[in-house]
Amino acid sequence: MTADISNKTLIDMHRRMVRIRLFEEAAGKLMEDGKVPGALHLYVGQEAVASGVMVHLTNKDQVTSTHRGHGHLIAKGGQFDKMFAELYGKSTGYCKGKGGSMHICDLELGMLGANGIVGGGPPIAMGAGFSAKFRKTNDVAVTFFGDGASNEGAFHEAANMAALFKLPVVFVCENNGYGEYTAQSNHQAIVDVADRAPGYGMPGVIVDGMDAIAVYEAAGEAVARARAGQGPTLLECKTYRYYDHVGVRGMGLKYRSDEEVALWQERDCIDRIEAHLIEQGISTQRKLENVHKSTLKEVHEGIAFAEASPMPEPSALLEDVYA
Amino acid sequence: MAEAIADNSERELPYVRAITEGVREVLLEQDNSFVAGEDVAGAGSVYGYYAGLLDEFGPERIYDTPISEEGIVGLGVGASATGCRPIIDLMFMDFLGECMDEVANQMAKMRYMFGGAATLPLTMLTMSGAGASLAAQHSQSLEAWICHLPGLKVVQPTTPYDAKGMIIAAARDDNPVIVVLNKMSLGLMGPVPEGPYEIPIGKANVVRPGTNYTIVATGRMLHEALKAATQLTELGIDTEVIDPRSLQPFDTATVVESVKKTHRVMVVHEAVRFGGIGAEIAAQIQEDAFDYLDAPVARVGAPFSPVPYSPALESIYVPSAKSIVAEAKKQLGL
Repeated sequence: MTADISNKTLIDMHRRMVRIRLFEEAAGKLMEDGKVPGALHLYVGQEAVASGVMVHLTNKDQVTSTHRGHGHLIAKGGQFDKMFAELYGKSTGYCKGKGGSMHICDLELGMLGANGIVGGGPPIAMGAGFSAKFRKTNDVAVTFFGDGASNEGAFHEAANMAALFKLPVVFVCENNGYGEYTAQSNHQAIVDVADRAPGYGMPGVIVDGMDAIAVYEAAGEAVARARAGQGPTLLECKTYRYYDHVGVRGMGLKYRSDEEVALWQERDCIDRIEAHLIEQGISTQRKLENVHKSTLKEVHEGIAFAEASPMPEPSALLEDVYA
Repeated sequence: MAEAIADNSERELPYVRAITEGVREVLLEQDNSFVAGEDVAGAGSVYGYYAGLLDEFGPERIYDTPISEEGIVGLGVGASATGCRPIIDLMFMDFLGECMDEVANQMAKMRYMFGGAATLPLTMLTMSGAGASLAAQHSQSLEAWICHLPGLKVVQPTTPYDAKGMIIAAARDDNPVIVVLNKMSLGLMGPVPEGPYEIPIGKANVVRPGTNYTIVATGRMLHEALKAATQLTELGIDTEVIDPRSLQPFDTATVVESVKKTHRVMVVHEAVRFGGIGAEIAAQIQEDAFDYLDAPVARVGAPFSPVPYSPALESIYVPSAKSIVAEAKKQLGL
């Protein structure tokens, strides 16, 4: 952890991480209690990645996300009320209840949606990067994807084209060690997804995805490189999801050990940044607790808003198919 | 051909140059449009329909891409969602298989999934059709695949006039529109007015008026149907020929109106008959005009086999005026 980061940014990142954590904890409970329909893929454990990247972006910078997309939207400034409403399938949700968890988005924030298709995002982000360059803006596009998606053809086509056209794109691989329920060692012969970057003519950088400051620094370089017209970077963040592929307890499939989960939890990204903030005298225990408290209040307000919101009218069914 | 020669233009162009003119008008009209696809810039596409555009508009408007169909469509989706109006090129319709996720799960659905927040003014040109001995992977007519996807518009211009006007209409539309072209029609001559004009998407064209028989023919089959109609006059059949031009949305009203007048109808397309768009059209006719029908709706399409290579086989695979007349005789008991 270096000092090349302002206190304001550290506090900002911490707040984004706490917002993700507490939203996801609540969302997981809602799913397990049967209050929201469908499947939620929770981001808990990986908060440092979205937060460390997103503090470099403006609302004009575009992001594509994954099926595990709540964290990306929250880190980009997503509102809890509209998010919870979407999970509930309410008309006041981000997608008017038509997309749900796997398609949650906010185009005004430059968040081009979670995506139910593994590998669906990278080609779209490449297109957004193409658009930014074509329109001669200074904007960048960031695509988040997992180790699993790095085996999809879509990723490879997007990576090649982004490098070929020198597009302002950052490929952020959230390597959480599992493609759904299959361990990385059983789905690819490499350990570091970043090894694939030179094959496309772009730098590949590996970073500790449990360390927000490390992510911040590496992402800063990749985003700056993209903005400077120097082309894409593949940033591999080694991270871990604490909960199951779907939900909290998921389907109870025994594909990883409790010890392994505990080992990663010892390196929790929020604990780490909070320890740093206190050690460095940037914040206090009390102030940090207040962040949790105020976020929790926001969570409760968001859920209350969602529960009080109306379901979509039947007439909404056929709206929004075409412009 | 009521609207076919709207401006009294005497000028004739081949279908291939009408495509070029359509794209050119779009590039002139819309600063945020560009062309991207395989071999579209330097080569002007393998069929030459972008010829000259690189010279006129430069490399910042016309982009050769890698052979990466999923990437090309993704490029179009991402760019159209963020302020561009791209024209992307899928060299052969058969390559839909390479990019179907971006087409079916991203392009078609993004607007709906996002509750209307996304707008994708994206045009995709692609080449379909058998007849050139390109065999099973470069000859298909897969319109039915994409007509089944809510969120997409699908048009199939079949004359030079329609090709230019529908490309312009597609590019002006704020939805993703797939323009299905036909490779065997590239040399077909026809009147094409100068300057921009639009053929409205969703409106069928009554190409030949008739009184006691209707043929609805899509794509290149329009020309076979017109030949068949001439032959049928010798049997006392006065055939009305309708070119739907737009398959999604489909102009059911024009077809039903004709059937109510003629009472007998055939649907013809080049695609495999089973599960083809003709099945949908036939179903809509019987739903809306059952009491007016004097005979079952006939369907002509390709048999249930991949497209063969040998000219000897391909020529009997693709429906023709001859097979249309034969089927009509059967249907009408002649």
